[in-house]
Amino acid sequence: MRPDLHHLFRIDKLPHIWCPGCGHGIITRTIGEAIAESDLDLEQTVIVSGIGCSSRASGYMNFDTLHTLHGRALAFATGVKLSNPQLNVFVLTGDGDATAIGGNHFIHAARRNINLNVILFNNNIYGMTGGQYSPLTPTGKMATTSPYGNIENNFDIPALAIASGASYVARGTAFHDKLLVDCIKEGIKNKGFSLIEAMSMCPTSYGRRNKMGTPADMLNDLKTSAVNINVAKKLTPEKLEGKFLIGTLHHKPYREFTEEYDKLIDRLRKEDI
Amino acid sequence: MTMRKASLIQGNRACTEGALAAGVRFYAGYPITPSTEIAEIMSEELPKLGGKFVQMEDEIAGMACILGAALTGKKVLTASSGPGISLKQEAIGYAAMAEIPCVIVNVQRLGPSTGGPTSSAQGDIMQARWGTHGDHPIIALCPSSVYECFTLTVTAVNFAEKFRTPVYVLLDEIVGHMRENVELPTYEEIKIIDRKKPTCAPKEYKPYKIDESMIPAMADFGTGYKWHVTGLFHDETGFPTGKTDVIDSQLNRLMTKFSKYEDEILLWEENQLEDAEILLVAYGSTARSALDAIETLRNEGIKVGLFRPITIWPFPEKVLRGKLEKLKHIIVPEMNYGQLMLEVERVCKDKVSVSGLFKVNGLPITPDEIIAKVREVL
Repeated sequence: MRPDLHHLFRIDKLPHIWCPGCGHGIITRTIGEAIAESDLDLEQTVIVSGIGCSSRASGYMNFDTLHTLHGRALAFATGVKLSNPQLNVFVLTGDGDATAIGGNHFIHAARRNINLNVILFNNNIYGMTGGQYSPLTPTGKMATTSPYGNIENNFDIPALAIASGASYVARGTAFHDKLLVDCIKEGIKNKGFSLIEAMSMCPTSYGRRNKMGTPADMLNDLKTSAVNINVAKKLTPEKLEGKFLIGTLHHKPYREFTEEYDKLIDRLRKEDI
Repeated sequence: MTMRKASLIQGNRACTEGALAAGVRFYAGYPITPSTEIAEIMSEELPKLGGKFVQMEDEIAGMACILGAALTGKKVLTASSGPGISLKQEAIGYAAMAEIPCVIVNVQRLGPSTGGPTSSAQGDIMQARWGTHGDHPIIALCPSSVYECFTLTVTAVNFAEKFRTPVYVLLDEIVGHMRENVELPTYEEIKIIDRKKPTCAPKEYKPYKIDESMIPAMADFGTGYKWHVTGLFHDETGFPTGKTDVIDSQLNRLMTKFSKYEDEILLWEENQLEDAEILLVAYGSTARSALDAIETLRNEGIKVGLFRPITIWPFPEKVLRGKLEKLKHIIVPEMNYGQLMLEVERVCKDKVSVSGLFKVNGLPITPDEIIAKVREVL
């Protein structure tokens, strides 16, 4: 890790618990880089996470950190941010945490456009419990609870976030780490609900079962499957078959929840006078 | 705040008045009968005081949201009922484990399941104690009048802050929706307790320190302490641990942290207990019927008294055990199938026989029904 990032992490808590080859360490580092390059008051920054592999990241970060319940990170974070809007609030969550058990909180936090920076680590699987299929396990893929191949459909997380009201939506990968840092920084700048889907990889519980090769092979898959949205605009639908888009997918700032609440308080105070 | 005048208000409103007087400035919840008035009044009053109200997407979110707010230093409260309280249980356990002050008002309705939304019951006594998984401490207070809805909500907020714990205010629907003419205390008359905050340097801070107070200091998020909160077993520093001796000592502190404060926490009321031969142990709205029954029976020369636990959990067992000398029998009338009776029996049965009077159909237990039960055991 870059020495100039050490103060953002609880170095004494390392090494982390993630398996060799896991993408989560890279993504956690990019969050640190984005914070370092965003001039945030570190004492006024809170990291909230749910339950799962991704959500263990909060414990390694040197801030006020809140490791909550499975699926509920956004509901806790809403309380933190609404009660003290001065705080910069990050939410670290996973594909199962955010879109299965926490799906309701996900769409409603986006609908309120509350100023949270959500980094969703998507490794396509429930890793912590040993590899059960999640709403992001691609159709046909093997998991311990889809031993004959997954017959369910997946969420399109950015489309879900946009439809629900998120004002900034982006996607990066553990391979495209520089892009991921830029996306997180844009999310921090956005005064509203920012959702950054960070494509990760799980060699232990997903790659191995689906014969995806080494962690390096999985990282290479992320490299070759991702197409930058600016490049994609020039490509035909045939060329985009089987690919996914990365970069800023949506940015449309509008009224933010905690600001609206403060306006309400001001209005009531004036009426009281 | 100026002097308050007498007003005709319902129990649910008195709860909100008590919450605001105690310093609650954050509410998150979800609409559910018969507790909804509490959310409605909070949504109107909190922004006027610079506080925040948010109607969340579900009951679970309401509970989680107030815990997030509590960590920034706010005094927080939510209210719900029946199915809503069931949904909140996981987060209530988190509050007990991570020791986050919060108050949950449960306006009990007829259960199980959707049950009777507008019907009264006292069926959540055991849920309040053991509703969430695992061993954990809890405080539950049980008002039986509109006035007490106010004073006990103040007490609940104070206990939550002082003891870093979730606290229930257990109303039954009758108390929640009953209107009484009350003169509430002025703000000057109310004792307010704030949570203990750390005075040490951030590097020295141990959010789960085991010391003689049993209640560690709690830093607000955003004040530089950079601490970690988790529902995993944690050591004094707040970080997860798998060390069995540390788990043992932290859980032991958690389970016994109220014991040295029992004089403060255990609240009860007695009526004509000195010479009583028959004791009624009743709480909430049922205690009002019990008092009425006692008046009638005393006029007939029957020596009946009342013990009304106000603190239901922890149950005031030593107090009750000290009252058994002259008693021939104890009757526990309650709007459930004997949830508190089991507790009374546990405490008293080696000295006094105990029986119950149960009614679980949405209607209150009447004084006549209690009188008939007393006559039956005479």
